[in-house]
Amino acid sequence: MSASQSAPAGDAAERTVAPTSPDSGGADGGPDHRWREAIARVTSGGWAVAVGAVILAVVAGSIMIAVTDPEVQKAAGYFFSRPGDLLSAVGDAVGGAYSALFRGAIYNYNADTFEKAIRPLTQSLTYATPLILAGLGIAIGFRSGMFNIGGQGQMLMSAAAAGWVGFSFDLPAGLHLFVAVAAGVVAGALWAGIAGVLKATTGAHEVIVTIMLNYIAFYLLSYLLATPGLLQAPGSANPKTPPMAGSAVLPRIFGPQYPLHLGFLLALVAVVLVWWLLNRSSLGFRFRMIGENQYAGRVAGVNVSRTIVGSMLVGGALVGAAGATQVLGLITNGFGSDIDAGVGFDAITVALLGSSQPVGVFFASLLFGAFKAGGSAMQAAEGIPIEIVLVVQSLIVLFIAAPPLVRAIFRLPQPDKHSSGRKKPRESKAAAAMAAPTTPTADGAAR
Amino acid sequence: MRLELRGITKRFGSLVANDHIDLVVEPGEIHCLLGENGAGKSTLMNVLYGLYTADEGEILLDDEVQSFSGPGDAMAAGIGMVHQHFMLIPVFTVAENVMLGHEQTRGGGRLDLEAGRAKVREIADRFGFHVDPDAVVEELPVGVQQRVEIIKALSRDAKVLVFDEPTAVLTPQETDELMAIMRQLKSEGVAIVFITHKLREVREVADRITVVRRGAIVGEASPGASDAELAALMVGRAVELTVRKDAPTYSESALVVKDLEVSDARGTVLVDDVSFTVRGGEVLVVAGVQGNGQTELAEALAGLQPNVRGSITLDGQELVGRSVRQIIDAGLGFVPEDRGVDGLVGSFTVAENLMLNRADEAPFAKLGMLQLKARDQFARDKVDEFDIRTQGIDVPAGRLSGGNQQKVVLARELSRELRLLVAAQPTRGVDVGSIEFIHKRIVETRDAGIPVIVLATELDEAVALGDRILVMYRGRVVGIVPSTTPRDVIGLMMAGIAPDDAGEAA
Repeated sequence: MSASQSAPAGDAAERTVAPTSPDSGGADGGPDHRWREAIARVTSGGWAVAVGAVILAVVAGSIMIAVTDPEVQKAAGYFFSRPGDLLSAVGDAVGGAYSALFRGAIYNYNADTFEKAIRPLTQSLTYATPLILAGLGIAIGFRSGMFNIGGQGQMLMSAAAAGWVGFSFDLPAGLHLFVAVAAGVVAGALWAGIAGVLKATTGAHEVIVTIMLNYIAFYLLSYLLATPGLLQAPGSANPKTPPMAGSAVLPRIFGPQYPLHLGFLLALVAVVLVWWLLNRSSLGFRFRMIGENQYAGRVAGVNVSRTIVGSMLVGGALVGAAGATQVLGLITNGFGSDIDAGVGFDAITVALLGSSQPVGVFFASLLFGAFKAGGSAMQAAEGIPIEIVLVVQSLIVLFIAAPPLVRAIFRLPQPDKHSSGRKKPRESKAAAAMAAPTTPTADGAAR
Repeated sequence: MRLELRGITKRFGSLVANDHIDLVVEPGEIHCLLGENGAGKSTLMNVLYGLYTADEGEILLDDEVQSFSGPGDAMAAGIGMVHQHFMLIPVFTVAENVMLGHEQTRGGGRLDLEAGRAKVREIADRFGFHVDPDAVVEELPVGVQQRVEIIKALSRDAKVLVFDEPTAVLTPQETDELMAIMRQLKSEGVAIVFITHKLREVREVADRITVVRRGAIVGEASPGASDAELAALMVGRAVELTVRKDAPTYSESALVVKDLEVSDARGTVLVDDVSFTVRGGEVLVVAGVQGNGQTELAEALAGLQPNVRGSITLDGQELVGRSVRQIIDAGLGFVPEDRGVDGLVGSFTVAENLMLNRADEAPFAKLGMLQLKARDQFARDKVDEFDIRTQGIDVPAGRLSGGNQQKVVLARELSRELRLLVAAQPTRGVDVGSIEFIHKRIVETRDAGIPVIVLATELDEAVALGDRILVMYRGRVVGIVPSTTPRDVIGLMMAGIAPDDAGEAA
């Protein structure tokens, strides 16, 4: 997906244009021609598919909402006597659900003051923060040809490290925060680095290695949390850490009434840095080279093993930053082994949805953050089960995983088969990820 | 059944893979299609088997025009193919594999395995194959697996059988057995197309021989033809390519290869005790029929082979044991054999590919930052200089034609300060227009006093480009001869005959 994006776009442009130019009688370069080309470029790119997938998911979600709504079910019972009732019940259910989603995720127009009305937006951004960071980390792996599905493990280890520094060290305010975040970043990088080293030296497949590292991290953290003297809060029998020291907590950007913390700015910086890394640095060039064609990379003098390890370290560091923001920003009063809140897996989705492009990851994370924030509001205001929100989320992923389906439904042009040849393995890898166990997200930690 | 191909033409972009090929195979005839890899034999057979659609021309069976939209149609029409890489399911039994795709069933969708077994036994008995229908395919020796492929084709009443490089995977004994089988099939009236590049086999079984080169039929020969004649036909007799070059002026620089041995992971020796010297200012062509160790030799020079013994010294520096990066920095320009895989990143732009192995150094990078302006300026210059036909420097290199892709690789490699150039099959799959240009640039590199090694399978290219020709056979050097050596002598050397004997024989 990703780096080769421009290739299919360009190809499609050429193909769509070629047959039209003869009829349009030498209108080469004419406005019509250029528009066609532009449209072809847009519609054949990954963005159109992403948007199409969201639209399809919302439509499918509407059906789910309508079908599961008790009013709709009742009205359907007497559909033939008063069909209007069913339609209005469907309208109420779907309209109510999505307006609740909007109120919960972006702007609560029912609130008394602007300060309160805008709070949902900051909530969405807060939920998006770890997704952006972790999504970027996973995206770097994708671009380097590494299918890192160990986001969960990397987050758990980084949360443990950042949390431990956060509650047990006694340092000046700024320094403490810095050291705690750094500890998380390093822990994430090292945990991912294990998979990188194993792949580079022994050829062990990163998918299986990272899955196993997830389990190892989870049970290791559970053990640390349940053992007095390690991460467990003193005097408590619960598998939970003590609260973070105030000096290690990420400050709230807009004051205490808004949850948005400094981690969001960190995430924004990360988006820019990762974009720069991938598109403007020699290191990123090497990452992409081995991601696209390892053989050519090797012939061009790239040390493939070292680059694999490097990409896992950088990717793991970003996922680690996500773990750090969880414990230092979101859940600062002590955390348990569900601290990753499914972000490690959602990050894979977000990276795919964003075509492994930093900006794409950013917007995909905002979408997911909004779903998370709005989902609770849907449940609270309209009584729509949170599961339906998760169904809609999963439907997006499902449609993303089947681009030909989305293209067919929206009649988008197919990208050229020749240039997408190299993408094939990774697309199937993406499909494999969909089949990978995505744990039902433990929203408890987030709520 | 009589098979006839009329004027088959197949193009891939600007590359003509098959150029108006006419071929007739009579029933009860073994028709040999002889040619180097990449000559277009496999393309032709894929057209015949319905995998490709020809751009022009038609396929006739018993004088009836056929149109195949897939292998299913071809099979139904009576064409069977024995693939080089067997299309068998390893964990299935022989009978199951033979039935696969047209299973006979009893009521309720139950497989009628007995019918499958009977079919296998019947065909095996008819041709004297010793194949147990219940044996699991993966437990059978390769030669027997191939027989299963043949049985599979025959079980569908194939009247035309295509063998695609069938001996590539066989031991000499298995090859002899296969030859016997082919003769027997022939006596049963099957029309056989036998694709190969091995001369001995051709002479042994072929009734007629058609030689394919660069996508076109270049001649026919009778099986009585000498090895030299066949070799000459196969690697090119007509001097179409002339390269203007003066007598070499040697420079101080030199590449010295001594007692080089390259083996694969299993310890099979691929390059065996090879020693030679290339002086600055001369082109040494490494010639030979494909698969005789030339590729591995070139890769060893580029540091891409892991198990290398002996020594390679460039201007006194030892290269064995160095990393690819270090060898590039020592001044190696390397044009890999498979440019689409090893030479280019297809999804990267032309500009990115032009600096593929220099992304860490000035002027393309400063302090780890890519310098896009320098990159683009360089790319524009090189596109002009090497006449790379592209819509722009931002076009993915994979979209360029083969010749232009090769020019990108060449432009990149020749634009560095070189002390050695190794070009493997620099003109394979390249359109005629680009060949001349590529040859010219290689000669210019030689004239600049740089040692040049070119791998060639075509005699034309070897003679035109080389000052001396090193012929390899089974990993060893048969001899190093001047390029003025008669072609048939070189042809014989490619078949493993030492230069002195070859000179006498020719």
